This record gives sequence, structure tokens and C-alpha cells, in this order.
Amino acid sequence: MRAVPIVALLALALLAAMLVGSMVGPYPIPAGDVIGALLARLRGDTYSPHIDTILFQIRLPRVLAAALVGAALAAAGASYQTLFRNPLVSPDILGVSAGAGFGAVLGILLSLPVIAIQGLGFVTGLVTVAIVYALARTLRSQNEVLVLVLAGIVVGALAGAGISLVKILADPYNQLPAITFWLLGSLSGIKVDDVWSVAPLVIVGLLPLALLRWRIGVLSLGDDEARALGVNVGFVRGVVIAAATLITAAAVSVSGVVGWIGLMIPHMVRPLVGPRYDRVLPASILMGAAFLVLVDTLARSAARIEIPLGLLTALIGAPLFVWLLARGRRVWS
Amino acid sequence: MLQAHQLAIGYPQRRVAEGIDLAVGRGEVLCLLGPNGAGKTTLFKTLLGLIPALDGTVEIDGKPVASLSRQALARTVAYVPQAQVMEFAYTVLDLVLMGRTAHLGPFAAPSMADYNRAHAALDELDILDLADREANRISGGQRQLCLIARALAQDAPLLVMDEPTASLDLGNRFLVLDRVRALRERGFGVVFSTHDPDQARELATRVAVIADGRLAAYGTPGETLTGPTLSAVYGVPVIVERTESGRYVVGPLRT
Repeated sequence: MRAVPIVALLALALLAAMLVGSMVGPYPIPAGDVIGALLARLRGDTYSPHIDTILFQIRLPRVLAAALVGAALAAAGASYQTLFRNPLVSPDILGVSAGAGFGAVLGILLSLPVIAIQGLGFVTGLVTVAIVYALARTLRSQNEVLVLVLAGIVVGALAGAGISLVKILADPYNQLPAITFWLLGSLSGIKVDDVWSVAPLVIVGLLPLALLRWRIGVLSLGDDEARALGVNVGFVRGVVIAAATLITAAAVSVSGVVGWIGLMIPHMVRPLVGPRYDRVLPASILMGAAFLVLVDTLARSAARIEIPLGLLTALIGAPLFVWLLARGRRVWS
Repeated sequence: MLQAHQLAIGYPQRRVAEGIDLAVGRGEVLCLLGPNGAGKTTLFKTLLGLIPALDGTVEIDGKPVASLSRQALARTVAYVPQAQVMEFAYTVLDLVLMGRTAHLGPFAAPSMADYNRAHAALDELDILDLADREANRISGGQRQLCLIARALAQDAPLLVMDEPTASLDLGNRFLVLDRVRALRERGFGVVFSTHDPDQARELATRVAVIADGRLAAYGTPGETLTGPTLSAVYGVPVIVERTESGRYVVGPLRT
């Protein structure tokens, strides 16, 4: 039962991370002013026109977007690791990132407006996983999970080839840098509207995961055992894939491809709350959100240029992962 | 309670065995024997409704297995798989709690009552002290008992056990068999598979032997576990002897 206080602590950590993210920037805002401005906003007042503009137009949307993307990727990773009974699985396993990436870079190639690029990325992410799922259903096999993963690899590779093709076709001076930057992930262009378009999708996707948390956890015992314990495996698996795909596609469509979060965060959470999915899920959501808020704060303040998020998460994630490995216990413990 | 009638088992591409008739009721132990690959596991999967019967029927309390929901089935039949190392480091209590799944609402997690039931199940098997241990880090026999405790927590009157004593040392084997006997006496119906005719002789009220794609023998241990039957089924000459103490011992026949 020690999981409950830890989740509460993680919630506090997320609030702290969001506060730090709101304070740090080219124009630093002291914590007192951040809180003051928020309280004034709640009362419908203006705190200071200058601070309000920076906080509510620029910094807070970005902090909220980072929290949403981090929460979404970590939740999807935790769900897939449980579903596929494999701690090395990330949200990309069924090709959602590759698919969304292909759609988005295609949008960049066609010089579409930002909102259309995001929409195209979101839709192709969903379509890719739908193709993978349909393919796995057609290739009926006794090992449904294996076929699903292999279909994901195949379709993901195709989408990857598509991305390479777009890169070759792209204008090397304007489009190619934009494509490269997008594929490394960034929240630099975030606007208030982006938060409003992503938040409902992420929440709608997280809801079924939260509701079915216990049965999803039982799936980690394998199909036969889960069925014998009374779980409708096909239905629950379908829900997990649909929900995880929805939140990953929504996240990737605004942030670009940010690696490592979905793989790493559940591993950081399990030593704290244990392997049970009904505890790993809320802890992953909170830690993923806090982690990406801090990483994004670093990305926009550590250097004079924006550092791509995917670069930072890999730089931080790889050594952290090795450290987790070196602690002696198996990482997924 | 559980009845199979003219059952054919297997997969769409491969028929494993057919013409299987068997039944097990409360307070009975049905022991399933057969050579490796004869279809014991396939039969279990069919009895549990995990794969469809190719022919014939499996009925539980008179209702076809195929017509029952997963949840309804899990409240009647509990499955005890062979203990394996798991990907995730669940505690013994976590695993036993999963036995409560069929009694939980679709969106619920275990309540205090479910925790109590899980603790009681561990207590029934005298392994309450293992509750907070990691299930991957206890002995094979303890892990097998943990899975039996999960089946008890499932509150199903029928237990299906897949080779519960395989790969256990002598002490653990006796411990598990002892618990199975206690369950039988408490009125559970038990189906379990084994490679050891002596176990079947000691525990079973009925024995089913599958070999060569059919039910090679079915009846009381005395009727089925005979030298000629076992010799034919396993393809080696076997002798069944009664020792002075009244126990039966199966061994190779040397000529």
C-alpha cells in the first residue's frame, strides 16, 4: 500500500516541475509571480499585462503540452510493455510513430499549414496501426502477439522507407531541416490552440486505460492465463491498442518523434511502485509528464538555440537506463 | 460438474485426439495421463474453453462451455498452469489477487474484501508468510502452491492443473500432492495431468489415459493403471507391482 503516497509525491513533483518550467526562460518569472498570475487569472483579474502575456500565451501552453506529451508517451509505453509482456517495448512497436512521422513529413513536403501537418501526422499514425492490426488479424496465428509485433515491424519499416523517400524529395534548404527537426521532436512552435486540440484526445485515450487498469494488468500473465482468470483478452487488447495509439498519435502530432520516454519512464516507475499495471499507469503518467516538462525546459534554456527533445531524452535516457541496469536487479523489476 | 462427450480436440490444421468421453464431479480427482505430445495440454485448453472443440461438447453444470462468458467460466473453473518465471516481478500476493478478477466489476480493482480473500487463500495452503515475496524468487514448489492459492482465491469449485508436480523435487512434490488431496476432501473437483502413474494411483478417483489420438483408457485407477495398458501407451514394457505395505509401484519390466 506504499504505492499511494508515492503517487501523491509524483503528483507534487509534477506540480513542481510545471512551476519551474513556468519560471525559467529568457525572461525569468519568480515563483511568486507565477502563482500570483495564476490566482489572478482564476479570479478573472489581470496580474501584470507583461507577465500574463508571457505566462499564458507562451510558457504555460508549452509546459502543458510537454506534460501532456510526456504523460501520453509514458502511459502508452507502460500499457504496451504490459500488453506485450516485454519490458523492451515502446509505444512505437506497432508503427504509430513511423506512421505519424511519414504523414507529418509528407505534410512538410507539400508545404501544408502547421495544423494540417499535425492532422495528417495524427491520421497516418492511426491508419498505420489500423493496417498493422488488420494485417495481424488476417494472418491468423496461434501466437497473436508475435504476429502483431512482426506486422508492426514490417509496416513501420515501410513507413520509415516512406520518410526516407520524402527526405530525398524535399527541398534541402527549407524543408529538409524542418523535417529533420520534426523527426527529433520539439515543442518550440506550440500555441494555446495546440494544447486545446491535444488535451481532449489524450484524456479520451487515457480514460479506458485507467478504467480497465486491473484487467490490463492481468493480460501480462499471457493470453491463456488471462482468459482462464475471466478476462476477455481480445476486447481488452483491442482497447489498449486503440487507446495507446490514439494518445501516442496525438502526442507525436504536436511534438514530433520524442523517443525514450515511453520505454524509460515505466522502468523508472516500477522500482518505486512495483510492477502492477494499476499502479504503474498513474505513476508513469505523472513521472512522464514531470520528466518531459523538465527536459523541455532544458531544451529551450540550456543553449542559445533550441535543442531537439529527442536528442535530450536520448542523452539523458541512455545513461539512466544503463544505471538502472547496473543496479543489479533486472530493469523490469 | 464437468462433462466431455465425444470430444475431438486439436487445431484447424491438426486433429490431436477424438472420441473423448470423461466426467468429473465435486470431490473427485480426474487424473490425466499420456505420453508427451499425446494432447494433454490441448485437452485442458479445450476443457477450459481456450480453444474450441473440433467435435463433441464440453459441458459445465449442463451448460456448453462455448455458451458461457469468460467471467462466468472463470467463476466455475480455475486453471493452475505450470509455474514459470514471469516477465514482471509480481509479489505472491499480487498474483493471488489476480485470481479475484472474475469477481470484480469491469472497471474495478481489488477491494479490501478481495485482499482478505487472497490472504485467506494463502493461509489455506500455509504460505501466508510468502505474501510479500517476489513470486520469481521463491522455490518452484512454493510458486506452484502460489498458483494453487490463486485458483482458490478464484472461488471456483473445479480446478484444472497442468502437471502441478512437474519439475518439483521430492519434498515439494509431496507437499503439492498433499494439498491436492486436501482440496479433494473439501469437495473441490480436480483435473490434473501427470507423468507419474503412482501419483494417479494415490490421488485419483478416475484416470483418463490419452494416447494415439484417442482415449486409451478411462476408469478407476485399478482398471486403468495396469501393466498391459501402460506398456501399450508408453511403448515400453511396464510392470505394476503391489508391495507388502499395500502400495502399488510402477517400474520397467526386465526380461
